[in-house]
Amino acid sequence: MKKIIWLTGIILTAVCVLFGINLAFQHAEDTDTSTKSSGNRTLTIYNWGDYIDPTLLKEFQKETGYKVDYETFDSNEAMYTKIKQGGTHYDLAVPSDYMIQKMKSANLLVPLDHSKLTGLANYDKQFMNQSFDPNNKYSIPYFWGTLGIVYNDKYVKPGEITTWHDLWQPKYKKNIMLIDSSRDIMGMALASSGQSVNTKSIPELAAAKGKLDTLMPNVKAIVADEIKTYMAQDEAAIAVDYSGDASEMIAENKHLHYIVPSGGGNLWFDNIVMPKTVTNKRAAYAFLNFMSEPKHAAQNAEYVGYATPNRQAVNLLPKSVKNDKAWYPPKSTLSQLEVYQDLGPTWVGNYNDYFLEFKMTNR
Amino acid sequence: MNRNRTFSYTIPYYLWLGLFVIAPVILLVIQSFGNLSGHFTLNNYATYFSSGTYLRMTFNSVFFAFIVTGITLLISYPMAYIMSRLKHAQFWLLLVILPTWVNLLLKAYAFIGLFSKTGTVNNFLTLIGVGPHQLMFTNLSFLIVAAYIEIPFMIMPIFNSLIELDKSYINAARDLGATSWQTLTKVIFPMSMGGVKAGIQAVFIPTLSLFMITRLIGGNRVITLGTAIEEHFLVTQNWGMGSTIGVILIVAMGLTMFLTRDRKKKGARHGK
Repeated sequence: MKKIIWLTGIILTAVCVLFGINLAFQHAEDTDTSTKSSGNRTLTIYNWGDYIDPTLLKEFQKETGYKVDYETFDSNEAMYTKIKQGGTHYDLAVPSDYMIQKMKSANLLVPLDHSKLTGLANYDKQFMNQSFDPNNKYSIPYFWGTLGIVYNDKYVKPGEITTWHDLWQPKYKKNIMLIDSSRDIMGMALASSGQSVNTKSIPELAAAKGKLDTLMPNVKAIVADEIKTYMAQDEAAIAVDYSGDASEMIAENKHLHYIVPSGGGNLWFDNIVMPKTVTNKRAAYAFLNFMSEPKHAAQNAEYVGYATPNRQAVNLLPKSVKNDKAWYPPKSTLSQLEVYQDLGPTWVGNYNDYFLEFKMTNR
Repeated sequence: MNRNRTFSYTIPYYLWLGLFVIAPVILLVIQSFGNLSGHFTLNNYATYFSSGTYLRMTFNSVFFAFIVTGITLLISYPMAYIMSRLKHAQFWLLLVILPTWVNLLLKAYAFIGLFSKTGTVNNFLTLIGVGPHQLMFTNLSFLIVAAYIEIPFMIMPIFNSLIELDKSYINAARDLGATSWQTLTKVIFPMSMGGVKAGIQAVFIPTLSLFMITRLIGGNRVITLGTAIEEHFLVTQNWGMGSTIGVILIVAMGLTMFLTRDRKKKGARHGK
């Protein structure tokens, strides 16, 4: 008995000591950055992991004197739940297209005051005024990209794949990896037969699922983030994935190439919004304007590897990047792509059920 | 007075049980009767039992869980038996427990490095001339990794029951003329059944819902109920359906506990 009390005592003391050290660290950090603490000097940004050049954050802090609190999420849904439940004080967040629509209808967004935005003119018109946010009332674009095909030139000749339908060729047996996402894979099947990726028709969805089933012999695996490691390690010849993931894979394996298939598909956006949890609007606008500056946007695009919607910034990028049709596809391709709409829970459920059924298909 | 005192000592325990065990289960059951907008419905259960997809998924999960439990038991029993007779038994047990200190994800990624096309195993196979094989994303690789992860949880209870076994029973069996095989099957094995049952309980249920391994190693070509729960909570946000599957898993756990319960001991206690 005495021993147990002793042990509990030791554990409790350890907890207290560690907690104290933690507090001390926090205090040190606070005094470190907020030297001229007058009122609210903190800006809290809620973004995807590794989705900004950290030197830009440092530069912003130096330039404006605000202290940036950078927190990360790994899925739109996780971010939505955290903002909706409250108790947080995020000043800016970076959701994707359909999620902006969803947050808007849940009254989680604060409209942007365009008179306070100095860099709006830098953005490419074709990435503004999208269906998920007409007139950019609530959001300004941060990065955009596509859903496409990554192939390894050791196993697939360049030019062999130009449309989604090419993936169904029997010669790719057990050589394709798919990203584990119902909207994207169902969307790919829909686009391959010329249908909208936002369809709300059960027969079209059922047909798309039927078509996917015939792709199953070619499918090696359906995986999430690991797809990048696998492709970099030559585990499969072909992957269906987002342009962002593709740029990371290509950085690791020079044999990989990315294409946007012609004839429909998905165009996605990650936009910056001001959630209703905002507490420091001035700092938020300062950051939006800071990131709109072509120099900063270009630096960020080079770091992250995604396509920037900032037209002036694109001009600052190296020629090899801005002329690469995989990352900056021509207008003719872009006009065929569709942005995902928020289909509501019932339809998201339908897409998901079909996708789950497809996953259950025997090889 | 004394009784009151013991009662007040158990209050924190009951509070703990109520708050962290019973309340979540009740919430899960309530949630499982809700539809997308939170209204009461029996539809989730109706969907579950009427859709071929979920039933096949359940069948798949149970099937794989059985195989994994079988493999781990086949490996663990002899191993625990040998370990319990070794000189530094506790040291060997430590070596078995050691891998559980490493994070599950890290172990899974380590297996990716071993099994991938250019991985260690394939390099070795090429070296001895049996060519590279597709190892990742097969049922076999899933079974190997799942069994590897679960083995310590099977060995521990069996080992404990074998260590606690009174040696005089074995000596008595020998003295009465039993062969060593008879001693094993008629004395040691029945007396360590408690450990085996505990091991089965500790392995079977977690295996039913091993979802990270199905995706990382199985490439989603092996689908278990865990995959469906993850999808319903994170993607569809249909918490009702996810909870329904959760409730079914709890019922399955109850069933396993019931089937592997300790019948004999209870009888003996009543006899006294």
